[in-house]
Amino acid sequence: MPTKPTPQQFFRRRNRQLLIILLILIGIYWLSMVLVNFQTMSSLAQVPAGLIWLAKNFIPTQRSLSYLGAISFQLWRTLLVSIASTICAGLFSLFFAVLGAKPTAPAPYWRVIVRLGASLVRNIPVVAWSMILLFSFKQSDFTGFLALFFMTLGYLTRAFTETIEDLDPEKLNALRAVGATYLQCVFCGVLPEVATTLMSWLLYMIENNLRDATLVGILTGTGIGFLFNYYFKSFRYDAAGLIVLLIAVLVIALELTSTRIRKAIA
Amino acid sequence: MKTVKQAPISLPPKLSLLTRPRRILRTVLGGLTLITLYALLTLNTAGLKISSAMSSLGNNLNIMFLHPGVGQDTWSLLLRALVTSISLGLLTTILGALFAFFIAMGAARNLAPAWLANTIKAAMAFIRAIPTILWVLIYSVVMGLGASAAVVGLTFHSIAYLVKAYSESIEATPAETIEALKASGVRFWPIVFQAILPSIIPALLSWTFIRFEINFANAVAVGAAAGANDIGYYLFMASGFYFNFHEVGLIVYLLLAVAVVLEIISIQLRGHYLKQN
Repeated sequence: MPTKPTPQQFFRRRNRQLLIILLILIGIYWLSMVLVNFQTMSSLAQVPAGLIWLAKNFIPTQRSLSYLGAISFQLWRTLLVSIASTICAGLFSLFFAVLGAKPTAPAPYWRVIVRLGASLVRNIPVVAWSMILLFSFKQSDFTGFLALFFMTLGYLTRAFTETIEDLDPEKLNALRAVGATYLQCVFCGVLPEVATTLMSWLLYMIENNLRDATLVGILTGTGIGFLFNYYFKSFRYDAAGLIVLLIAVLVIALELTSTRIRKAIA
Repeated sequence: MKTVKQAPISLPPKLSLLTRPRRILRTVLGGLTLITLYALLTLNTAGLKISSAMSSLGNNLNIMFLHPGVGQDTWSLLLRALVTSISLGLLTTILGALFAFFIAMGAARNLAPAWLANTIKAAMAFIRAIPTILWVLIYSVVMGLGASAAVVGLTFHSIAYLVKAYSESIEATPAETIEALKASGVRFWPIVFQAILPSIIPALLSWTFIRFEINFANAVAVGAAAGANDIGYYLFMASGFYFNFHEVGLIVYLLLAVAVVLEIISIQLRGHYLKQN
């Protein structure tokens, strides 16, 4: 830098930059608003009314308690499917991540293959996954499991690969220098180091899958999503509200549990 | 990275590498594996024949990825719908970021009183716990089908997500900095805009961009439910009503193209900001 700007110049330049960024953002916002055909003010004005409507109709009543049995059963099944799909996908992701991460890749072309594959699987939307699988695997819990499995696989492979690549390469070099084989490097050098971080990702994905299971369930007609859709479409809003409430409680409970586990294993 | 493998010296001669955190890790992993086995064994497969299902899946994937086509819609219609989806993502992210920034200042422990921060954080955790699709469905009843329900539903979730991310970034500012500025008589807004904001802009930017990617994916996912006439709606119709896997394939390719562009932008943004700071 030739000369240092005076504070006045510095602030003037920064303010101008901020103004330009602000104008660009407003422009993008306005353009999107036109393209989507969305009226900001009139829609935002409806939000409080919506919340009041929600509070009136979605509060579970005495009647909705009679659905509690069916709802808790499906919620339990959905939780099981979320955990199972995360753990299965985690196992495969770990294998792919070891193949695809820079320090542990057996050959450079594996990195490209794993990266491309993970990116492809991750970016196929939920709707497409659910529908393709529904067509072949029919309406069953297994379809929901597969849809969640594939989405988790794409996401976790990327996360695991990045975690392994964040490792200090010197440690692996040292292991190799004392004559450790490839498998010894992976199982005794890499995996113990990354175990805590990978566990943290698994816990996060379980939470995430429980939330996504609702959408997958609506699309594939399985689990808690199906039940919600069924009550919602037959105008039994109190029962649907009970489902929303129970999902929220379960997700928050899961979040608190994983926070505690994360602290305990750190 | 913390290393916790050292056993305390005061322990009796039997030294073990298995420390408490390791034991807990193994227990949790073992428990999750057992749950997974139980879930897989009791999974309702509705009398499914794996071999025929697999061949049907292979067939569909073949149609999708090797023979994409527009189906009964047109290129211009699909591209317009894709633009609508991207706009939905942009709109909900900008709107969400704006609200979230101001709410986050109330949720940051170093700026707001503890009771306010805790209340806001709890409320946001509750909103976040409810899946986006449910917010959109609920608002589509209140506001009628259309873009408004999708925007409001997606924005709700974005705000809750971004408030958490932003407030944690704000909390990363050292308390001494804020104390010192307060002590020298700087008022609230100058502290926020001149001291805190410049130092956390990279963090905010990267969170906001992550949220944009999520919002785009969510916009596609909720398209069918809200009837916002975006690409998600056509995807849902093609796969769920016309069973036209040629068109599903084409839409998936369009979405992949957007994903690649977003990935490149995110790498560029990160590189740009890393160089500046």
